[in-house]
Amino acid sequence: MTTPLLEVEDLNVWFELPSGGELHAVRGISFELEAGERFGLVGESGCGKTTAMLSIMGLLPPNATVAGEVRLDGENILARGEETVSPHRWNDIAMVFQGAMNAFNPVKTVGSQIEEPMELHGIAEGRIARRQAEELLERVGIPKDRADRFPHEFSGGMRQRAAIAMALACEPRILLADEPTTALDVMVQAQILELLVSLAADFNLALLLVTHDLPIVAQVCDRAAVMYAGEVAESASIDALFHTPKHPYTRLLFAATPDLRAGGERVASIPGAPPRLDKPIVGCPFQPRCDRAFAPCPTETPLLKTVGERHVAACHLNDHVREPATA
Amino acid sequence: MSTNGSHSLLEVEDLVARYPVGRGVVGAVTRQPKLEVRAVDGVSFSLDRGEMLALVGESGCGKTSTAQSVLRLIETSGGSIRFDGQEISGLSTKELRPLRRRMQIVYQDPYESLDPRFRVGATIEEPLEVHKVGSRQERREAVKAALELAGLTPAELYIDRYPHELSGGQRQRVAIAATLVLGPELLVADEPVSMLDVSVRAGILSILDELRDKGLAVLMITHDLSTAAHYADRIAVMYLGRIVEEGPTREVIENPQHPYTRALLSVVPKRDPRERGTPQILRGETPNSIHIPPWCRFQPRCPMAIADCKTVDPELRRPAASTHPEHRAACIRV
Repeated sequence: MTTPLLEVEDLNVWFELPSGGELHAVRGISFELEAGERFGLVGESGCGKTTAMLSIMGLLPPNATVAGEVRLDGENILARGEETVSPHRWNDIAMVFQGAMNAFNPVKTVGSQIEEPMELHGIAEGRIARRQAEELLERVGIPKDRADRFPHEFSGGMRQRAAIAMALACEPRILLADEPTTALDVMVQAQILELLVSLAADFNLALLLVTHDLPIVAQVCDRAAVMYAGEVAESASIDALFHTPKHPYTRLLFAATPDLRAGGERVASIPGAPPRLDKPIVGCPFQPRCDRAFAPCPTETPLLKTVGERHVAACHLNDHVREPATA
Repeated sequence: MSTNGSHSLLEVEDLVARYPVGRGVVGAVTRQPKLEVRAVDGVSFSLDRGEMLALVGESGCGKTSTAQSVLRLIETSGGSIRFDGQEISGLSTKELRPLRRRMQIVYQDPYESLDPRFRVGATIEEPLEVHKVGSRQERREAVKAALELAGLTPAELYIDRYPHELSGGQRQRVAIAATLVLGPELLVADEPVSMLDVSVRAGILSILDELRDKGLAVLMITHDLSTAAHYADRIAVMYLGRIVEEGPTREVIENPQHPYTRALLSVVPKRDPRERGTPQILRGETPNSIHIPPWCRFQPRCPMAIADCKTVDPELRRPAASTHPEHRAACIRV
């Protein structure tokens, strides 16, 4: 088997808290990404999905400690911290941050802000950089004469397109997109998702889409990992996650999501709240909220095990001879 | 309007809300015409007791302005608002006061809408004090009852807490309890769950559902068609200050007629990955509501537009292909 483009293995992130304690935000997550693949990282607020992305970019704040490996073409880019990650940042792995469309410098033109990373990374400068910036803008659906305009002259959707163009400035092979459509209207959201899918196809770009919105992942991604309390609860093809989930959280999260078509079906919330991450978690982190918890769940930590083809889940139900979790 | 001759709890007719916009120094000096945003531009609907109507649309479509006009939180420029048969659009602040407790609003962001210095009990009791309702003991009992109605049971566990000690879902329940304590007949819910995590949304919405079953009229403002499809009895789709389609929920979702509704429904992501349809993505963005064309306002973006669309401003009427008598769409082509 060939080496995947990006492999994340047993990634852990701790934050040192001002009070003296430690918050274990990402707890040993693993997944891999092939060129041209669209992979989703789904979970609710505080599940560690954004922290995981920032650690891949090597952009965590100084109070964070990272363990585990992020391998790009088989090479661990976390091996020697900034020294090994910085050559790949933007050049191989780029990110559209959450709220990126509101993070433009208001006093510089959009075009010059897209040229900036090209010049910093020695890709292009001057007139060539300008031409490339204009081409990128056209590619994301913005007329090139808009390069001389300022961010406030753009609508929210246009600024998000420009933020995507900026991430693509150094021709990366992997694009991390953190909640890229969260503040946008549904029609503009559809435009942005369509753009991301077409960019992934045209540039053979691996897309890692981080979102709390399962239907977006269902419509855009090939595979996805569902995160809960800093861990991967389940990872599989998006079809398997919806039709044959092997973790109760996945099933309950889909059941809590309203859908246009399923009018009569009851939408049920999941009682309780996620555990605190500044204290050790004993047993399965989802156990207190789970509708299928049984004997081993409060004490034994379930490990991520293979339950099907490219399908892993961390749930004791899969080890014990009980009727399988139904969709 | 009810068919049996009696009136609905809320009847809104031809509502208009305009805001002036600055034309800048240059505009003023060169005597350019004064500009106005027509946020609500002729909206009519009615809402019965025990009914939930969802006003859906994209940002800037006027759904929130409509709701705020109905509650007289913003000034209207025209049209009529009848609450329980009484015209309220011309009432003074003083005249409105006794009506206020009968109509309440829940806002989008429970992190902003609760006073961080007030305990839960004080937050919920405040409206009772404002309206001088009951004795101290009676008020305390009413607070507990409202908390339990909003699903915060037992009430004793929450009554002395501060907002920062509560999760987002619990805060929104407190906000709902603060509106319920006055026993309103109309509740406006402005994007009540959009700030909350998916796993707790259904809990908040089911409270509204139960209240509706007990006779409360709920006007829900949402951009989320899936939520509207699940909970509302009727849906009204707004575009540029106007309702372009309305009808019973299943009819609007399963048999949409207006080309805007059709496009909007086609781009809503479905949960099931096997249902990847072909979204009908409209290009460009909703134009601003300063320069609304005098003919069909959707015509510039409409995939079905013909020459005649630039001759009339279409009114809501029953489409030929509708399967329900209360289905309306504002399009000359359907």
